[in-house]
Amino acid sequence: MILLLPAVGVMVLLAIALAALLQFSVLEFIPGSLRTGGLTTRNLEAVLKPQYLRYIWDTVVLSALTTVLTLVASYPVAYALARSRSAKLRSLLLVLTLAPFFTGAIVRTYAWMLVLGTTFIPWPVKLLFEPAGVLIGLVHFSMPTMILILAAAISHIDRTYEHAAASLGARPWRVFRRVTLPLSMPGVASGSLVVFAWTFSAFPTPELLGGGRVKMIANVVKDLALDAFNWPGSAAFAAVALAVTFLLLAVVTRALARAGGAAA
Amino acid sequence: MIGRVVVALLVGFMTLPTVVVVIASFNPTAILSFPPAGLSLRWYENALTYSQFHRAAVNSLIVTGASALLALPVGTAAALALVRRPLRARGFWSAMLLSPLIIPGVAVGLGFLILAARFGLLVNHVVLIAAHTVLVLPFVIRSVAVSAANVDPQLERAAASLGARPWRVFRRVTLPLLRPGLFAALLFAVIVSANEFVVSLFISTRVTEILPVAMFTYVVNYTDPTMAALSTLFIAATFVVVFLADRVLRLSRILRIEDHR
Repeated sequence: MILLLPAVGVMVLLAIALAALLQFSVLEFIPGSLRTGGLTTRNLEAVLKPQYLRYIWDTVVLSALTTVLTLVASYPVAYALARSRSAKLRSLLLVLTLAPFFTGAIVRTYAWMLVLGTTFIPWPVKLLFEPAGVLIGLVHFSMPTMILILAAAISHIDRTYEHAAASLGARPWRVFRRVTLPLSMPGVASGSLVVFAWTFSAFPTPELLGGGRVKMIANVVKDLALDAFNWPGSAAFAAVALAVTFLLLAVVTRALARAGGAAA
Repeated sequence: MIGRVVVALLVGFMTLPTVVVVIASFNPTAILSFPPAGLSLRWYENALTYSQFHRAAVNSLIVTGASALLALPVGTAAALALVRRPLRARGFWSAMLLSPLIIPGVAVGLGFLILAARFGLLVNHVVLIAAHTVLVLPFVIRSVAVSAANVDPQLERAAASLGARPWRVFRRVTLPLLRPGLFAALLFAVIVSANEFVVSLFISTRVTEILPVAMFTYVVNYTDPTMAALSTLFIAATFVVVFLADRVLRLSRILRIEDHR
């Protein structure tokens, strides 16, 4: 128990910071000043005004699309990573998967600015500073996480089930669809929820690839806090993102607890 | 066969930005063109001589070094408590300690900004170091916990039965057995902190900002390929680190992608 104390102390620091955020979300904003006035619900009401509600809706849509596309794009790579017979190929896939994970948000997003601009590839439609470009960047950003979660899930499947299905005459595709895919569902579920939650509060990708035209909640938080110096208004938006994240976390924990029995 | 093509295309999609950045970094002119009109190292020179990048690199060293040094012992102790000791409400404690992984960066950043402003701490690195320690702690705990779960308690009992005091058992038996986990923890801590951007953006000033924040500011203000050169250096360093880590640590084991053959 004593061993836990220092780490708990560090987390208390985080808790205090988040408490300060929640406190600011209900304090009155005084324009031109960093001081705050008395208690008010105006900041939280402002979140639901049409001009801001639009950004929340965009965030939800982009997060949902990102989750689905990331899942579809990651599964084949995860399957190859977990099942390839060549150790060299597995190692190569792992390094290529992890490298963008480790290169950091700014480098990756800047790289997509170059790719999505028209100097290198003459795209037939405008991608940079459009929702489509932001979506591509978000999917690319989420793929390593999804691949790692899926690969771990697939590698834990007992192969005798697949061998049994194959020996009973099922073709490879049928084995995959009826045995492997259902058994990897816990990974699919947890990967999707993690990606959705992360995308919901994505910042650098929409900031740079959206170019101010496409905005998600985190971009509004930054605009209000660092450009307009409206910390209370910004805190209200951050509180919404925080609430959605915790709600999703509760759903994940429940779903995993239920799936845990079946997966073990 | 179709499967291989699909996997190759997807991996191609994942590596495409990296390839484009590397090509762009050698572009001779400020306005990018493809195919490039020649080869030039001028953007590398620019990136390495830009004084704000120098200052930011020093800040990065301070913040990453300090937060890794803080998080490593704190996280190791927590991981041992979570894995090795009888503990009530284990699920609650581990969820709490891993929570920074999922809390939105803008919320953490704004929260620390409000705190820092209240206590007048934005003038130095203290808040950055505190926030980075919070953010890397889950990675340290997870890496060490995986190693700790594999340590056979019999070995420690054997040492203790031969008369070693608890501290000596820890130093001579437990710690050496934890070494792979500690290396992985250090690796993750350094990489996560060195790349941290969102939270740092909120709590740094022009004087204290770390490299990713300085790079962000540069991208927003300038379009020349200096950033491509700096990115290429970042990518090269990362590749070397990940490759070495895979060699030394068998990353797949740490990430629990198991090999059943």
